[in-house]
Amino acid sequence: MYDFAYQKPGSLADAVSVLSGDMEAKALAGGQTFIPVLKQRLNKPSTVVDLAGLGLSGITVSGDVITIGAMTRHADIASNADIKAKIPGLAHQASLIGDEAVRHRGTMGGSLANNDPAACYPSALLALGGTIKTDRRTIAADDFFQGMFTTALDQGEIITSIDLPIPEKSAYEKFRNPASRYAIVGVFVAKFASGVRLAITGASQGGVFRHTEMEKALSANFAPDAIAGIVTPADGLNGDIHASAEYRAHLIGVISKRAVAKAA
Amino acid sequence: MGYQGIGASVRRKEDLRFLSGKGNYTDDINRPGQLYAVIKRSDRPHATIDSIDIAAASAAPGVVKVFTGADIVEAGLGGIPCGWQIHNIDGTPMAEPMHPVLAVGKVRHVGDPVAVVIAESRQDAKNAAELLDIAYTDMSAVANLTDAVKPGAVEVHDGVGGNICYDWAIGDKAIVDGVFANAHKVVKLDLTNNRLIPNAMEPRVALGDFDTSSGDWTLYTTSQNPHVIRLLMGAFVLHIPENKLRVVAPDVGGGFGSKIYHYAEEAIVTWAAGKLRRPVKWTADRSESFMSDAHGRDHVSTAEMAIDKEGHFLGLRITTLANMGAYLSTFAPAVPTYLYATLLAGVYKTPVIYCNVKAVFTNTVPVDAYRGAGRPEATYLLERLVDVIALETGIDKVELRRKNFIGVDAFPYQTPVALQYDSGDYQTTLKVALKNADWDGFEARRAEAKKRGKLRGIGISTYVEACGIAPSAVVGSLGARAGLYEVAEIRVHPTGSVTVFTGTHSHGQGHETTFAQLVVDQLGVPFDQIEIVHGDTAKIPFGMGTYGSRSLPVGGSAMVKAMDKVIAKGKKIAAHLMEAAVEDIEFKDNTFTVAGTDKSKTLTDISLAAYVPHNYPIEELEPGLDETAFYDPKNFTFPGGCHIAEVEIDPETGVVEMVGFTAVDDVGRVVNPMIVEGQVQGGVAQGIGQALMEACTYDSDGQLLSGSYMDYAMPRANDIPGSLSVATENTLCTHNPLGSKGCGEVGAIGSPPAVINAVVDALKEYGVRHLDMPATGAKLWSIIQAAPSSGHTPAMAAE
Repeated sequence: MYDFAYQKPGSLADAVSVLSGDMEAKALAGGQTFIPVLKQRLNKPSTVVDLAGLGLSGITVSGDVITIGAMTRHADIASNADIKAKIPGLAHQASLIGDEAVRHRGTMGGSLANNDPAACYPSALLALGGTIKTDRRTIAADDFFQGMFTTALDQGEIITSIDLPIPEKSAYEKFRNPASRYAIVGVFVAKFASGVRLAITGASQGGVFRHTEMEKALSANFAPDAIAGIVTPADGLNGDIHASAEYRAHLIGVISKRAVAKAA
Repeated sequence: MGYQGIGASVRRKEDLRFLSGKGNYTDDINRPGQLYAVIKRSDRPHATIDSIDIAAASAAPGVVKVFTGADIVEAGLGGIPCGWQIHNIDGTPMAEPMHPVLAVGKVRHVGDPVAVVIAESRQDAKNAAELLDIAYTDMSAVANLTDAVKPGAVEVHDGVGGNICYDWAIGDKAIVDGVFANAHKVVKLDLTNNRLIPNAMEPRVALGDFDTSSGDWTLYTTSQNPHVIRLLMGAFVLHIPENKLRVVAPDVGGGFGSKIYHYAEEAIVTWAAGKLRRPVKWTADRSESFMSDAHGRDHVSTAEMAIDKEGHFLGLRITTLANMGAYLSTFAPAVPTYLYATLLAGVYKTPVIYCNVKAVFTNTVPVDAYRGAGRPEATYLLERLVDVIALETGIDKVELRRKNFIGVDAFPYQTPVALQYDSGDYQTTLKVALKNADWDGFEARRAEAKKRGKLRGIGISTYVEACGIAPSAVVGSLGARAGLYEVAEIRVHPTGSVTVFTGTHSHGQGHETTFAQLVVDQLGVPFDQIEIVHGDTAKIPFGMGTYGSRSLPVGGSAMVKAMDKVIAKGKKIAAHLMEAAVEDIEFKDNTFTVAGTDKSKTLTDISLAAYVPHNYPIEELEPGLDETAFYDPKNFTFPGGCHIAEVEIDPETGVVEMVGFTAVDDVGRVVNPMIVEGQVQGGVAQGIGQALMEACTYDSDGQLLSGSYMDYAMPRANDIPGSLSVATENTLCTHNPLGSKGCGEVGAIGSPPAVINAVVDALKEYGVRHLDMPATGAKLWSIIQAAPSSGHTPAMAAE
């Protein structure tokens, strides 16, 4: 990696101040994407601002919402009793990210802020209709993701926590890339009294997206058969040496059905 | 503590240090005043180097020196040598273009080393390497075999027409063509053997050191064969006499063949250390490993079998294109010839065989031996072809194999492709494998899987391989520029403990345990009083290292011979001490006894007398008890066996799940059953990786697309079936004193065709005749999609 300055602020205000004052400064959450990127010299920050000292981790339940601190680690989400009971799809999803070592360092906030098009969490946030809380505002999931590696966050803006409404039912189904084990297609489905939301990660050039046609069908009938006839066009989907756009389009149908079957 | 000799599953004594972080790997070694080298590599597949401006890099903080190809030329260094020369059909030698240490004038593959930056820290060197200003003019490039041999393809090396390194053949074409002309039926199959990247757990490292007081060079390197490196680098590249050059290969974290070869980085750091009078270390990044470790496999072949109406094999005819990459790596030319075509008889009594191999230069990383080396390619081709014959004749695939097997009474068996198999019993390994895999119960399992919506298939592979490399005179006549004997020194110390100096090299195989068991067995010395020393040319006699499953059959045999000498000398000393005739002395269980009496002396009594020769036959016998033996094998060894794979395919996604794997191998005498089981498991895991996942992928312009673990799919533990069953049914090697055949490669050789045969079997309702490795979900989904409907029209999607 290139040389950089390192700071570990003790307050959110200090962290925001450093990151806002220096366009080349970068925030470090769990570092499970960022540090490999640094090691490959693909990024050259002036200062790395470690968020570990801000007290941003923890999981709380309040009414029909679970709030997860931005620095909460995957392993803690996967093993949390409340999440396992109330949003089992999320607990399962967290258990599928990376390997044991990654799950004990990587954080939900870091993953969401990075918005890797093949990351798992964006699908949960979007399907659950969650809300991102930052140092300065709240952002609805539907407004947060703005294309691959792009979010609504401003320079220097730090995610502090994520509010996730508790659904009646939820499930995540992941079709892994055989090499990286990221999602080629990952489907998170959440059933609420008000309707069903279904979000897909890994597949689209635009990053995570809601499959509204499936949502409509599932809101009417929450069963795999309800979406069996829905064909997803390959236009705009990713194609690479592991999976063509056509294969991904097909997998969206298969994996969505399986997610629904798991949740139902 | 129980018995710890031959046949005992003694726990590996090296594992405590490996598992507790106390291994001593090359990167753990640091020398005072050490500098760090970073190699600037080509990011172009094929380009002329118009200029290299080193000014900014040379002036960067911490930089001590920048060297380019011009410096290497000026210093008069040689190119990287090739250790094997193949001759063309017309008798002329193969094309052997210069393999420069650093590129001169041209780069020929992504990863080709262009310059080296040497600095006080790795960070300084990396920073400076980015300041090198290299002007290239891109040329068109060829990465795949069929493109490289097309008329008009760009030449990777000027003057090597058609990119053909050699055009070689074995067998009598006219006779084979005649058999085909009169055959009842000919079955033909086109297939590829996918290119692999070795991925040893430990990336390569080289540390050069120069002692200004003695004028000696030392190279610490991640090698499977330190003496081979000393010979190749000292004699051919750096022109350093062997007495002034020491090569140390300490603990090495896996090789699979990729650490046999002499690499440019070894020469660079050794030469630079002498030039700069300071130690120079290079440690590969993982990304560098992908583009600089020699790759494996990469064949495109057409195979045809002529058969009679009962399905007897009458003749085999094969043409193969084999990728050499951009330069010839150390043993590359031997792999698709004498390690491949000579194995094409397999376990079958096919009377005539003709094979033509064209080795081809491309703008890719050099290709060389990778676990199995040629034998997996031969086995895959043959065992796929046999399954296609079964499909097209309607003969049961097990029955077809049985009726063509070389019989148990036929040994020694002379094949039509040069080898003479000494022993084997293919019917027995087959029979036991069918039983262990519950072959007869398969259709019930297939039906049960179908109820769950899964396509279940079973595949078999019956194979033989040739290892225990190799009789020196034989390989010499075939073009090897080395002898392939092995050496061992047995040093019995004055108080009876033993140090073994072996020319083989352990890089994960557990030699420190297995070899100690040989000493327990033959000399009766307790296991914990035996030390195995390897990997340092300053300590061990001149040995050839470890590859080709040779350590036990060749290196172990050298140990047996050296211990025979120890016992013979010990008997003379014992005879003197006990005032008996030498002929009357017997040795057993660490004790010399006068036959028929109760007079005896322990080995310790004898060794003490040998080193404190007060009462000693000094007139006729030298003091000491330290014997060396060189063992040159009389023949290759021929492990064989039967592998059975069982898979389930999810027809909705195409994804294959390995649900069972059964290996029954004949590896000759087993010294440590637990280590053999581990070796077979590891080999099978690599075979499953090749069959289902691994694909080194270049785009048509020569860019490496699978250059990291994000894109190169390695098998994980959960890709290997938990029910993996490993057993042995052994016949003894007839020509080495241990009767051992070697077990390091059988898993990787026997398994890929078993897996693909199972995948094709699972897809039989889609009319699939063949598909190329790796059988990924995406590929199988395409095949299933292309099939008009199940069970009817044959789909040729993969053809």
